[in-house]
Amino acid sequence: MSGRASTIVVGRGRLRAPVVVWVLALVVLGVGCRQDMHDQPKYQPLEASAFFADGRASRPVVPGTVARGQLREDSRLYAGRDSAGSFVEEVPFSVTRAVLDRGHERYDIYCSPCHDRVGNGNGMIVQRGFKRPPSLHEERLRDTPDGYFFQVVTEGFGAMKGYAAQVPPRDRWAIVAYIRALQLSQHAVLAEWPLETRAELARGASASAPVRRGPAHD
Amino acid sequence: MPQVFHRSANTFSKVSIFGALFALAAVVYGLALINRSSYVTWAGVAREQPVPFSHRHHAGELGIDCRYCHTTVERVASAGVPPTATCMNCHSQIWRMSPTLEPVRASYRDGTSIPWVRVHDLPDFVYFNHSIHVHKGIGCQSCHGRIDEMNLVWQESSLQMEWCLDCHRNPERHVRPRKEIFNMAWKADDQAVLGPALMREYEIERRVDCNVCHR
Ligand code: HEC
Ligand code: HEC
Ligand code: HEC
Ligand code: HEC
Ligand code: HEC
Ligand code: HEC
Repeated sequence: MSGRASTIVVGRGRLRAPVVVWVLALVVLGVGCRQDMHDQPKYQPLEASAFFADGRASRPVVPGTVARGQLREDSRLYAGRDSAGSFVEEVPFSVTRAVLDRGHERYDIYCSPCHDRVGNGNGMIVQRGFKRPPSLHEERLRDTPDGYFFQVVTEGFGAMKGYAAQVPPRDRWAIVAYIRALQLSQHAVLAEWPLETRAELARGASASAPVRRGPAHD
Repeated sequence: MPQVFHRSANTFSKVSIFGALFALAAVVYGLALINRSSYVTWAGVAREQPVPFSHRHHAGELGIDCRYCHTTVERVASAGVPPTATCMNCHSQIWRMSPTLEPVRASYRDGTSIPWVRVHDLPDFVYFNHSIHVHKGIGCQSCHGRIDEMNLVWQESSLQMEWCLDCHRNPERHVRPRKEIFNMAWKADDQAVLGPALMREYEIERRVDCNVCHR
């Protein structure tokens, strides 16, 4: 190996400086040009692909495929309807403080741009010209079952598109639970309050007015 | 034999040997500078996009949360770029006729992808994961800068190994409360007190082993 290499460098005692310089330059510069390990022949999320006809490395799911652990049999949880097909009255799992907090956070991310943080329907996007949604505090919406809200979020309603792709099912339910809390915050009936709290309120100002205190403001 | 060189040549030669050291150092320094410059790292270079989507407009002025579009950032490695359907949630009504948005509508009609130009791209031999950073209290802004003030996105940091390690050695300088992760404008009152406290609370370790990122 070294035998041939050395003849290139020193030919019959005459130093061929230009050759040496070029070889060295190629060696030094060439090192930085190999990108094989930077761009390995593997796909990363959302990368473009020259192989598939639609140019995407991320493949769509074949219709009818059920991923492991994703068989959505429970129609109450995944469709908001019971086996007879009518809307479930309540969130199909127990609503804890953690669920409400999660719902609060998710509502602010995905719904507040239009429905605003209190649910009046005057969000930023509405102010910029989007159709104005009804207030979530309308009587009609206060009286509908929880399952209806779940369906609206999942499939959309009129001008509002569905949020199934952005919000997973349990988060959708958490949002529904939070909307209930919001509704309550604007329409709390004094008679339904715990006794101690009622006494506390009575000591305050007029206790008969709707209580305007709610999670949306903290 | 008469002297060819004047006596002062001695000094010259000494100085030039000495100087050569500096010249060498300067070359090395220069190379290091080039290596860290935006010419190599692309930091600070805004990239043209097929649609002039503005974070300043959407995330800044309209106040849309990062997660409305980058839905997976808390759960998996990749933050993801939103599908066209996400844009159409609003643009089915807003700026419906705008020629700027024609590529978005075309993509929605035909089911083709918008060919967004990638801004951040680590070499494939590096493993990176958003979710761990979000869970351990590192805000988007610490790595991506004020995205909410950028019209076209650029890369704020060098993304070189040195940069990752600088934080992995001293996470207390960057950690923030979890609820402020998506708040671009957040500033600590006193990071020197808050940092170590959050390090303990979130049980953050100093991860500098090679196999954390090269696996
Ligand atoms: C892009 C704006 C926008 C966003 C974001 C949005 N909505 Fe709506 N929503 C609307 C509009 C507009 C309507 C009224 C649609 C119509 O009447 O055509 C509506 C209607 C509703 C209704 C009332 C349905 C009825 O029977 O009147 C509910 C409930 C609702 N949205 C819940 C939500 C929830 C929950 C979220 C968050 C996951 C959400 N929306 C996000 C715009 C939005
Ligand atoms: C309305 C949707 C939307 C919102 C909200 C949004 N983004 Fe983006 N983001 C995009 C789109 C589309 C792209 C791809 C085009 C581009 O790079 O500008 C992108 C690209 C990026 C990139 C560069 C990706 C790359 O190519 O390397 C970063 C970083 C980023 N967003 C961070 C954020 C942060 C941080 C927030 C919250 C402050 C945010 N985004 C909010 C839609 C959004
Ligand atoms: C939550 C609602 C919402 C979403 C989602 C959204 N936009 Fe927008 N976008 C707006 C609003 C509102 C405006 C106009 C604001 C104004 O009038 O100042 C706008 C303006 C724009 C403009 C400027 C239009 C023009 O002609 O000047 C572009 C381009 C744009 N959006 C692209 C996108 C893209 C691409 C996406 C998807 C990644 C997206 N938007 C997602 C609400 C949204
Ligand atoms: C610890 C630093 C760090 C933090 C914190 C961080 N990012 Fe990133 N982000 C990166 C790096 C590095 C890449 C490039 C990843 C790659 O090339 O594989 C990236 C890429 C992205 C991309 C391009 C798509 C992708 O996943 O490759 C988006 C979008 C993005 N980040 C958004 C966000 C948002 C939103 C947040 C806040 C929750 C955030 N990032 C927090 C370092 C960070
Ligand atoms: C601003 C601070 C910061 C920066 C910058 C940063 N990281 Fe991290 N990284 C963290 C923290 C904090 C953790 C959590 C450490 C722990 O407690 O496990 C972490 C964890 C990780 C992990 C998870 C290790 C595991 O066991 O899953 C990986 C991988 C990682 N970082 C890669 C990177 C890479 C690659 C870069 C540079 C592109 C980078 N990080 C830049 C703060 C940072
Ligand atoms: C916190 C994450 C992290 C850790 C820990 C880490 N690296 Fe890296 N390393 C990187 C990143 C990011 C790059 C890519 C830098 C770039 O693109 O310029 C890299 C690049 C490299 C390269 C290639 C340099 C080049 O120019 O192509 C080598 C070699 C390397 N690392 C070795 C190591 C060794 C050895 C260790 C352990 C002592 C280590 N790394 C630990 C993140 C890390």
